[in-house]
Amino acid sequence: MIPIVIFLVALLLVTLGVAAYATYAERKVAAFMQDRIGPDRAGPFGLLQPIADGVKMIMKEDFMPASANRWLFFLGPAIAMTTALLTGVVIPWGGTLDLGGTAFKLQVADPDIGILYVFAMVSIGVYGIMLGGWASNNKYALYGAIRAASQMVSYELTMGMSIVALVILTGSLSLNDIVEQQRAGLWNIVYQPLGFLLFVICAFAECNRAPFDLPECETELVGGYHTEYSSMKLGFYLFAEYVNMFISSAVISTLFFGGYDVPFLDGLGLPQNVTVILGTVALFLKITFFIFLFMWVRWTLPRFRYDQLMDLGWKSLIPLAILNVLLTGVGYYLKNGI
Amino acid sequence: MLTLFYLFAAISVLSALVVVAARSPVNSVIALIVCFLSIAGHYILLNAQFLAVVHIIVYTGAIMVLFLFVIMLLNLNKATEPQKSLATRVAAVVTGGLVLLTLLAAVRHGISVEPANGFDIGTGLVRSVGRSLFNEFLLPFEVSSVLFLSAMVGAVMLGRREKNPQAA
Repeated sequence: MIPIVIFLVALLLVTLGVAAYATYAERKVAAFMQDRIGPDRAGPFGLLQPIADGVKMIMKEDFMPASANRWLFFLGPAIAMTTALLTGVVIPWGGTLDLGGTAFKLQVADPDIGILYVFAMVSIGVYGIMLGGWASNNKYALYGAIRAASQMVSYELTMGMSIVALVILTGSLSLNDIVEQQRAGLWNIVYQPLGFLLFVICAFAECNRAPFDLPECETELVGGYHTEYSSMKLGFYLFAEYVNMFISSAVISTLFFGGYDVPFLDGLGLPQNVTVILGTVALFLKITFFIFLFMWVRWTLPRFRYDQLMDLGWKSLIPLAILNVLLTGVGYYLKNGI
Repeated sequence: MLTLFYLFAAISVLSALVVVAARSPVNSVIALIVCFLSIAGHYILLNAQFLAVVHIIVYTGAIMVLFLFVIMLLNLNKATEPQKSLATRVAAVVTGGLVLLTLLAAVRHGISVEPANGFDIGTGLVRSVGRSLFNEFLLPFEVSSVLFLSAMVGAVMLGRREKNPQAA
């Protein structure tokens, strides 16, 4: 009981820490892409910048529009942040540690339906944006909220379909089983290159990241759904985006890149705990790469137009996802029979 | 476990009451979402993880989003509902009272409901749900998917622009 509580708290702190430094990384990556220096005032290399930003957010005046719906205005950022943080509990962060005789798995919960739990949290997360945008009683915020909702509902379909193809191969919805199968064989990216591509595109859309950041498109909608938000409520919305990015990267690494698996590491004969810790380090390296990919794309591609976004989702991605399910099914049948 | 059951039961009943009683449609929808989430909690207490999660994804995550969407677009946040006439109110009270009377009469002698099959802890897991869907209930399952497809085609047909507006 006590180790799991410590692990939960550690997971929470690591998630928040990674998300905080992802904001710093975003600014540094943007600066690098645009041939600038980026934040360098707070601490060495600007490393204390996230703390300065956090303090700034908390100290700012918390303003609520007079015509806003009080309760829902509070509820919006709270839902966004809570659902973002809840997803991490089903992800296997590492193998089984040996704590002086008792085995301890680096995963809070391993339900049979792990991957569906992630989907459930993502689908509840939409409410954070929808309610917040509507409660602001501002037309730009409402437009942002409606865009967010329709975009997320549309791209959830493709995301689900790409997972269906993956589940045909693994035969299990448990994230731990999916990782263990990849440890025994090849990583899923080998079998599911198209599924991986579709999943990553949808993950970008679900996180409202560029080129799919139309809900907060500042050229058309001022600030989108968070136009009326200020202080730490705004901070929660912005921060939830980075937490989502971290969790999405963890899910992508787990589903398609072997999770905490490092090829040939088990054969080296290292002590069990060292192997497990190296595996966790490897998982975080994979996650870091995908967070970088999120930023790389953001500072490379321009934003879609709204009709292009819907066309891409419904007319290109969904047919491709169905094709992928079909091909996977046929391939599975030819190899294994029914 | 029993405490959790009472907690979820209380939330379900209260939020269901709010759905009916709330003046603003948005509050109704939010109460309905809370109600669905607490029902998902009941599923989890019965170890039906798959049902719980699918319930959240489909009802809470998709259908209620569309409800909220429509209400927001129509901007129904003010209680625009017209006042009911006296006759309607009297009729509603009488009907509701009669239903209550019937229900009370039915449970007065303390009917005991015995489950046809004993509780099996594995029923709601994805493995057993999948087995029964694809063995026992394969035909109804596939037929209902065709039903959904036809509903979708119908919706697309209705939403399509007329080719020749004059003819319509």
